[in-house]
Amino acid sequence: MNTAPVAARLLAGLTRLITGVRARWAGAAPTTAQRVYYANHSSHLDTLVIWASLPAPIRARTRPVAAADYWDRPGLRRWLACQVLNALLVERAGGCGSREALRRIDESLAAGDSLILFPEGTRGDGTTVGELKPGLYFVARQRPTVELVPVYLQDLSRILPKGEVLPVPLLGSATFGAPLALAPGEDRHAFLQRARAALIGLGARG
Amino acid sequence: MNLLTDPEMLLLLGGIGGLLTLSSLIGWALDRRVREAPARLVIANLNARIRSWWIMTAVFVAALATGGIGSVILFALTSFIALREFITLTPTHRADHRTLFWAFFIFAPVQYLLVGIQWYGLFAIFIPVYAFLFIPLRSALAGDTEDFLARTAKIQWGLMIAVYCVSHAPALLMLEIPGYQGEGAKLLLYLIIVVQLSDVLQYVFGKTLGKHRIVPRLSPNKTWEGTVGGIVAATLVGTLLWWVTPFTPWAAAVIALLICLTGFAGGLVMSAIKRDRGVKDFGTLIEGHGGILDRIDSLCFAAPVFFHVVRYYYT
Repeated sequence: MNTAPVAARLLAGLTRLITGVRARWAGAAPTTAQRVYYANHSSHLDTLVIWASLPAPIRARTRPVAAADYWDRPGLRRWLACQVLNALLVERAGGCGSREALRRIDESLAAGDSLILFPEGTRGDGTTVGELKPGLYFVARQRPTVELVPVYLQDLSRILPKGEVLPVPLLGSATFGAPLALAPGEDRHAFLQRARAALIGLGARG
Repeated sequence: MNLLTDPEMLLLLGGIGGLLTLSSLIGWALDRRVREAPARLVIANLNARIRSWWIMTAVFVAALATGGIGSVILFALTSFIALREFITLTPTHRADHRTLFWAFFIFAPVQYLLVGIQWYGLFAIFIPVYAFLFIPLRSALAGDTEDFLARTAKIQWGLMIAVYCVSHAPALLMLEIPGYQGEGAKLLLYLIIVVQLSDVLQYVFGKTLGKHRIVPRLSPNKTWEGTVGGIVAATLVGTLLWWVTPFTPWAAAVIALLICLTGFAGGLVMSAIKRDRGVKDFGTLIEGHGGILDRIDSLCFAAPVFFHVVRYYYT
């Protein structure tokens, strides 16, 4: 018997229980349309939280893009990443900008998957959103039909901050904003600024 | 006490069931009659509230039916979720992480453990003294001094309101009242009925007669008409229920009034905190009501005062 689907359901439920996260669809309705969900990053829980807050049919076709150096370890993590989350593991030596990672992302999008992406590249302290790596821009340029949905994660860094092992059970939230697309003639810098502003704007809504 | 063999208890539960059935019928009738869009929103919220009342009542009665332990566990979970809602809305620092872990997983459970094993002496001082001293120490060890006093005070306040105050409700079960042994569950039910009915009746009188606001900046829904009407009516019900308590009718009237007034104070203070944080509700757990802390704000204030009055005059 394949235990992964059962484990996936359990893990999604457990994540929602511990983090209290509910998806708030503030600018986009949940659909199975092909999307890249990009979010601010401040906790190891972030990947799980977005994945778990998606409705099950959408979750089934959405792959988190995760750092191989953290997830690709023998045992539980690799099993979770590969079997349960169906994660797309990439080397983050050069962040999302690295050529190999981008190629893998593009391959996955070509196959029709939706993705979860953290374009800051690394976890911040949860108070500010860092500059976005250019990977998001390349995805927008390469795949104009894919909707880019900003997801603002709140209070996850208070539940499990960087460097802590034990979570504190506060109530986090994941706010899904209006989809973005590359505007005609928009350059890389302008697009990344706009994408970052969309994230920050969702956070300011409270 | 066996819930199912105590005639007074059964009568009380029958009364609650009747009241809920009546509310559901009124809600259903209003839903059929009212057509205007803004009024329909109020009716929809009313019906959501009534549905939630059925669920909350069922859970509470099930907990009472298991005897003392079920009530202690139910209130412990309530406190845990209330603390969760409170701390989520209260800005803390990265350095408070370990302190918060203690608050959630040591102080809150131990407080209820003390209720469970009926160790009154430590129950009464555990959070006001020992959590009070430990919390700033743990945060100090983390080394971040910015807003230190404010952060410490917020965590302590959350523990006091959500855990310490609420734990006085199930603590009623540990009181040894001469001539009323083993009937503490009825006293707990009495407190909950009066405090919640006072809230409900203030809402009903406020929606139907309310005109003059008490503190407009703080809570637009609290009017003189609603508050006075609700408190008088709930006090009357509390008086008429004297026979389930160890009180005389006159004493029941005074105590019910005290429960209503402290409950009102709780609602007012918790509203002030919500306005300060710029939110309408503490959470979304209970459909129509908001968070758990929105539902028990009056209980937070009423429970310890009721407990002390009963303990001082009746044991």
